[in-house]
Amino acid sequence: MRFAFDIERRFKGGVAVRAALELPPGAAPVTVLFGPSGSGKTTVLRCLAGLDRPDRGFIRFDGETWADSERRLFVPPQLRGVGLLFQDYALFPHLTAAENIGYALRKAGREERDGRVREVARLLRIEELLGRRPGKMSGGERQRVALARALAPRPALDAPTREELRGELRALLERSGIPSIVVTHDRIEALALGDRMAVLADGSVRQVGEVHEVFSAPADLVVARVVGTENVAPARVLERCDGLALIEVGTARLWALDPGHLDGEAYACIRAEDVVLEPEPATATSARNELASTVTATSEEGPLVRVALDCGFRLVALVTRDSAARLGLVPGRRLAALVKATAVRVVPRPG
Amino acid sequence: MDLVALRLSVLLSSLTTLALLAIGLPIAHWLTTTRWRGKVLVEAAVALPLLLPPTVLGFYLLVAFGPRSPLGRGFVAATGHTLAFSFEGLLLASILYSLPFAVQPFAAALARVDPHLVEASYSLGESRLLTFWRVSLPLALPGVVAGAVLTFAHTLGEFGVVLMVGGNLPGTTRTLSISIYNAVEQLDYASAGQTSLLLLAVSFTVLVFTYALQHRSLLG
Repeated sequence: MRFAFDIERRFKGGVAVRAALELPPGAAPVTVLFGPSGSGKTTVLRCLAGLDRPDRGFIRFDGETWADSERRLFVPPQLRGVGLLFQDYALFPHLTAAENIGYALRKAGREERDGRVREVARLLRIEELLGRRPGKMSGGERQRVALARALAPRPALDAPTREELRGELRALLERSGIPSIVVTHDRIEALALGDRMAVLADGSVRQVGEVHEVFSAPADLVVARVVGTENVAPARVLERCDGLALIEVGTARLWALDPGHLDGEAYACIRAEDVVLEPEPATATSARNELASTVTATSEEGPLVRVALDCGFRLVALVTRDSAARLGLVPGRRLAALVKATAVRVVPRPG
Repeated sequence: MDLVALRLSVLLSSLTTLALLAIGLPIAHWLTTTRWRGKVLVEAAVALPLLLPPTVLGFYLLVAFGPRSPLGRGFVAATGHTLAFSFEGLLLASILYSLPFAVQPFAAALARVDPHLVEASYSLGESRLLTFWRVSLPLALPGVVAGAVLTFAHTLGEFGVVLMVGGNLPGTTRTLSISIYNAVEQLDYASAGQTSLLLLAVSFTVLVFTYALQHRSLLG
């Protein structure tokens, strides 16, 4: 399945949102559209779903053209089959969960519809909610019902194996084989759900790449500002004890707080501000992790210096100019990078 | 009490209400969804009967029903009798006269329906018409019922327009309020009193019902 779009939508006052993205056939299924609020994420999503009409450009999906401004072509939302999950869930308040989930299956027979509703409900473990209206559900329950409603018209899915909905959602999206676009400004959500990530800022897509790559190596200052100075690296959980987890990142090993629901693959996130640099050998500190590092590059960023290190994986530290001068931070310099276990955030990554 | 007039009024009010559900809902839906700037003209036209003296509306209708207008001539050609001073003419006049009492509550209720719900229905593959039927209408139901009840009560009590276009023909155009006027003119205060009390009771009940419905829909 191939999915590509290049759209522009203009608003009053000269504001325009432009976004272009191409998901080649066989691409990883979940793309995250990441951007601060007001960057145009919602506009892009509404255009893809057919709720808004792009002023210029095209949207193509699997050999079909959904919109093309030059050919004056526009496929209405009803015919696109986009499973849209609204941020406020948009459940029909006058219908029960079962009626909400079965909403799109009006044309199916009653038996078929009921069967499908029960199947999806079992999948998401919301069978006990089926007779309830949205007003009598918690936020999490509403999210599950909304997800079930979006999934009900789609082909059968296998049961998910993970505990958390995030993992469940990811597993479902992956199994469905349908390209999915998740819109968020939440880093943890982006890491947990996404394979690829497109950063939307100042009205256009600034960078597209694997999620952890975009986080670790922003293409420019705008992207860096949007995603924050965060080290994100693929990690593997080796063992867990006493609420801590030993993880392997590149060739280095780190202790981190055990977030639970962990096994195997994960991402390790370390904020650049939380990395402390010391001349070797380090004095005794409370930091759990001491990594032998080599400086690979430095760049000045206002009052701070951004130091890229090789410590078995690529690690970026932010230090003051003073410290940088005192430590003599030049490429090739060897020193110790200290990271407290509490500063290492492990994001489980099922699937 | 004039039971013939009561029967006629109830029939007229029922038919007017049904007609305004059929006509008023599409108008209200259009008013709440259109982005056309000229819609204020339509809104003003719909609201006109609220301000216009019933005699003015009645006068224009009488002219429109007359033999010089295409509508009047067409009706005579089709049915053999004139639109003026007939039940059909009265019904048409009532529909126009009660238009704002139906369309305004309908539109207010439809405007309160969360647009995300309508969009959710569209992306679940449902057509515009069926989305209106399955989502917008049920959620706007308290307002729609309130509009229908107001229309019924308003038609039950109309006087000026009826007098202008319907006259005072027993069994055809003599409605309850005309009957009261008639009774008073003939100094039959007992009959006028009974009919007035009935209309007072109906109006009050309708208003209590309407406000109760609004409070319930605001709470729920």
